Amino acid sequence: MAGSSIPPDSSGPPSVLHQRLDSVWRNLPGWGALGAVNHTTIGLRFIVTGFIFFLIGGVLAMLMRSQLAFSGNTILDHKAYAQAFTMHGTTMMFFFAVPIMEGFAVYLIPKMIGARDMIYPRLSAFGYWCYLFGGILLYSSFFVGAVPDGGWFMYVPLAGAAFSPGTSVDFWLLGVTFAEISAVAAGVELIVTILKTRTPGMAIHRMPLYAWYILITAFMILFGFPPLILGSILLEIERAFSLPFYDVARGGDPLLWQHLFWIFGHPEVYIIFLPAAGIVTTILPTFAQRPIVGYTWVVLAVIGTGFLSFGLWVHHMFTVGIPLLSLSFFSAASMAVAIPTGIQVFVWIATLWTGRPVMRTPLLYILGFLFIFVLGGLTGVMVAMVPFDWQVHDTHFVVAHLHYVLFGGMVFPLFAALYYWLPLFSGRAPSERLSRLTFWVIFLGFNLTFLPMHVTGLLGMPRRVYTYLPGLGWDMLNLISTVGGFLSAAGVGMFIVDFALHFFYGKRAPANTWNAGTLEWALPTPVPPYNFASQPMVDDRDPLWKSPDTAERSERGEYFLGRDNVDVRETLLTGTLHAEPQHVIVLPGNTMTPLLAAALTSVFFIGFLAKLYWLAAAGAVLAIGALLLWAWQGGSRAAVRQIDAGLGYFLPRHHASLQSPGWWGMLITLLADAALFGSLVFAYFFLWTVSPAWPPPDYRVMNLLWPSIGIAALLASSLVIQWGESGNRSGKPGRLQLGFIAGIFLAVIFIVAQAVGLHASDISAKAHVYGALLHTVSGFQVAHAAIAVLMAGFVVLRARAGHVSKDRPVEPQVTALFWHYTVLQWAAGFSVIYLFPFLAGG
Amino acid sequence: MKPPYRVPSACKKQTSAALSALVLSSLAGCRGVQSTLWPQGPAAQAISDIGWVMFAGAAVILLLVMALALYAIFRIPEKRLPVSANALIAVGGVGLPVVTLTALLIYGVIAMGYLRAGADDPDVQIEVIGNQWWWDVHYRGGGQTVATANEIHIPAGVPVKISVRTRDVIHSFWVPNLAGKIDLIPGRINHIVLQADRPGMFRGQCAEFCGAQHARMAFVVIAEPADVYAAWLARQRQPAATPANAAIARGRDAFSASGCMVCHTVRGVGVAQQAGPDLTHVASRKYLAAGTLENNRANLIEVIARSQTVKPGNRMPSYPDLDKKSLDAIASYLESLQ
Repeated sequence: MAGSSIPPDSSGPPSVLHQRLDSVWRNLPGWGALGAVNHTTIGLRFIVTGFIFFLIGGVLAMLMRSQLAFSGNTILDHKAYAQAFTMHGTTMMFFFAVPIMEGFAVYLIPKMIGARDMIYPRLSAFGYWCYLFGGILLYSSFFVGAVPDGGWFMYVPLAGAAFSPGTSVDFWLLGVTFAEISAVAAGVELIVTILKTRTPGMAIHRMPLYAWYILITAFMILFGFPPLILGSILLEIERAFSLPFYDVARGGDPLLWQHLFWIFGHPEVYIIFLPAAGIVTTILPTFAQRPIVGYTWVVLAVIGTGFLSFGLWVHHMFTVGIPLLSLSFFSAASMAVAIPTGIQVFVWIATLWTGRPVMRTPLLYILGFLFIFVLGGLTGVMVAMVPFDWQVHDTHFVVAHLHYVLFGGMVFPLFAALYYWLPLFSGRAPSERLSRLTFWVIFLGFNLTFLPMHVTGLLGMPRRVYTYLPGLGWDMLNLISTVGGFLSAAGVGMFIVDFALHFFYGKRAPANTWNAGTLEWALPTPVPPYNFASQPMVDDRDPLWKSPDTAERSERGEYFLGRDNVDVRETLLTGTLHAEPQHVIVLPGNTMTPLLAAALTSVFFIGFLAKLYWLAAAGAVLAIGALLLWAWQGGSRAAVRQIDAGLGYFLPRHHASLQSPGWWGMLITLLADAALFGSLVFAYFFLWTVSPAWPPPDYRVMNLLWPSIGIAALLASSLVIQWGESGNRSGKPGRLQLGFIAGIFLAVIFIVAQAVGLHASDISAKAHVYGALLHTVSGFQVAHAAIAVLMAGFVVLRARAGHVSKDRPVEPQVTALFWHYTVLQWAAGFSVIYLFPFLAGG
Repeated sequence: MKPPYRVPSACKKQTSAALSALVLSSLAGCRGVQSTLWPQGPAAQAISDIGWVMFAGAAVILLLVMALALYAIFRIPEKRLPVSANALIAVGGVGLPVVTLTALLIYGVIAMGYLRAGADDPDVQIEVIGNQWWWDVHYRGGGQTVATANEIHIPAGVPVKISVRTRDVIHSFWVPNLAGKIDLIPGRINHIVLQADRPGMFRGQCAEFCGAQHARMAFVVIAEPADVYAAWLARQRQPAATPANAAIARGRDAFSASGCMVCHTVRGVGVAQQAGPDLTHVASRKYLAAGTLENNRANLIEVIARSQTVKPGNRMPSYPDLDKKSLDAIASYLESLQ
């Protein structure tokens, strides 16, 4: 990168401490850079890749605008146009907006909370590779002529096997799911990073608001993405193996897909918007030159948005024929979400009002954001009105609305952020004049494109039409939109030029370029890979305004972890609420394992896509092997001792902790897992309610013997696992191994009993949705049990290798957590498929 | 392509208007035949009224917010009105939305109820069935069931309940001048009430993406005085006209010989089929190929010979090998099916 040629901005030669830290933290040169796990590098990779996808999606948009410029145009035929809008939407939502916002969070969060890195660096890298490979997989559809063309929403039955034979839909389902793994991984990691690695003194009420926004967003990812993942898995199973879920003829319902899609799809909008709003809330006080007013208002508003966003999904389905009472409820919820948004808007205004604003380029973009986003929010209230939505739903009015919300709400803050944080990355300040000119071109181009488009929709033009007749009043409006579209594209081109030029002509950025209050500006520019030479102690929401010498003292190593004799990467583990120092986390360094694991995972996806199931199975096995290798690389056999963490603190390494990073990671991951299972249960009950009889008449007899043996074995296994795990903590290693081996034995009994039971019941998985669900819920549980067995086996081996003991309790503890969850899940699953239908159906 | 629809005068003016005037002029009175801005029935009118109220309110709020923001940035700090930040947030961020949204919600819920309130006239039972990419329309009740396609006649001035379902994928039924839209979902039957205040012709179009020719899945609703409607329905109940002369009879034979009746029904001739539009009274319709072309002899020939050019990807093959004589004869026959 061109900017990195600038030496760090520090007076005098680099100290011994800096040299030492640099040698521990820097990426490997050449191909070794593929093994980088550092959050600054990974964050930048996400941002750059996301921006490239933004450009690709933009080109697709320009193709569509060219086609619609005139009625009866023939630049794109119907197929090419459908591919363009499908790939445009998919790219912008899954491969640009979400990943680039996560990239910013990965890049910024550790710097803002005074940490050295994300808490799971290898997971960051794994997430990045999954994202990249997912994108490549999706776009490889161009090379085999199977580009997805069912819309980014992939409604069934159009996306089902009957109406979309071939592999185009499979490319979409598998590519997007692959990338979603990345989103969920980043979600887990961001939550634990924010909760557990804030620098000492940064109590939760002093945390930068950006961290609050990201925390809530990350929780939303955990609960929002699983419904779509589940929906996609069911659709892929239906397409590949003919198990019915959406097929009406066999008891399914296409509306199930719409529910699952929009239970994801609406939170998704806020998953994109909230990080952007967090950027606004971070940048704006800097240019108002005062702390944000109404910190608590903002936190409550963000939490409120997070909850409400899960109660609105039906407003995408106002026209499917749902009873009016339900519509009223979802209409009310959709409008209610305007309240937390209103609070944030007025917090921003009040902060400017009571500050001394300085107009610089990032603030200009924020002002542009405010206009476009508020307009989009107001049209959002309109479409939340059920009768009005009956008219404008699926018209260009909605296209205009959603672009106001997403382009205004996310792209403008993104550009503000790129200009604002540029000095951290390049060490140079952005241009003043070209950047403003760029703003005006994009702003005018955007409004010229989408303001008239509201009218186009009101004049009756539906979405996703590749051609239209003249004489309906749409011609001139469409031409204007096209001109505006190309103007915006020119603006984005100018931005790229501006960005490139700044590397050559940009002025050297002074430290804390904009006189900001947040910790990332305590770093020298360009930032070193370890961020802080010593992790600062903070006692204010804007530490740099309260204590201007923070940067200097951190640089001199006066705070935490400022020893110059380290040979491993370290950051502090602190208390969730008060951020008191608890442990020193030893972080992994450069490693190829994440790349290997992601590459092998892509073998699974490619095998599935090509219907080479042996290849898919091989990929899955190898990927699991890579993950086990990954897990084996962690841990430590070194004697546990206290480390001098600085400022008088002597802390143990995290291996000794009962609530270690691994435990937290498992806990948070299980939330997403529970959401996935919850989605499956939702699907079960949804299909039950649309079914005239449940179980269907031919399925009234079920032998519960084998399933009962299975659940008994599973319940018993939880006891022996607990017995073994507590044995380890009380210093009885023999009990650990015995308990875990007994657990494995019982779990295998469960798997066998469940399989035999299904086989003996003679219920076809393909004849009716009831049988399909019976097998799917069972399969979901068997997969969990198999993972639990693998984990327990791993622990037994680790115990034999000396990685597990009373002082290193993490691995059995994490495994026990997963184990108990698995058993709990089956208590629910067993009730759902075996007890409820017979209790209720009779 | 020549516009098949009469261009309303207000729309024509747009093409010469300056950019800024354009948006306003189109808002002010574009009388499109497929426009929500020219409501021609009580449902569309009610929604349009709600729309205008919300537009006005939204414009005021947008201006207010931007004025406050610009004031907060550019007014010299010493000269600004002193405000309490909390009061500003509470009034602007909580008070304002709560009051306006509650009012709006009550308005919306009440409107929603009567918009879908039904009209159950046993003599007018219209069923619309979506197909990729045309509309099958059935009139039941009060005699012979009538099947037509892409053209719905209704009596003006009275509410008409229409039930909708689909034979394949999801479609959405929408006549902007008369009412909102309702989706056609596999496995479900939905309803919508249409009412046109005055006689007139209104264009509708599928609003849910349904595959290749989603863009060319339109139809017209023709609202007529009660007596004209009754006469139309009576005519439609008749079986197909028998060929009046030898040329037309040759056309019927060519029609049959070319395999047209594998998909199309001509009532009174052969077995009923559902794969393509019922052609019993095709000559009485205004448009061909689901609102794509005007119904005239040239276009009939175009649709038969080059169906895949008119609507690429649709179920009807092109017949490039039909000789001109047969084409002419088939066209003559179809033209006779009044």
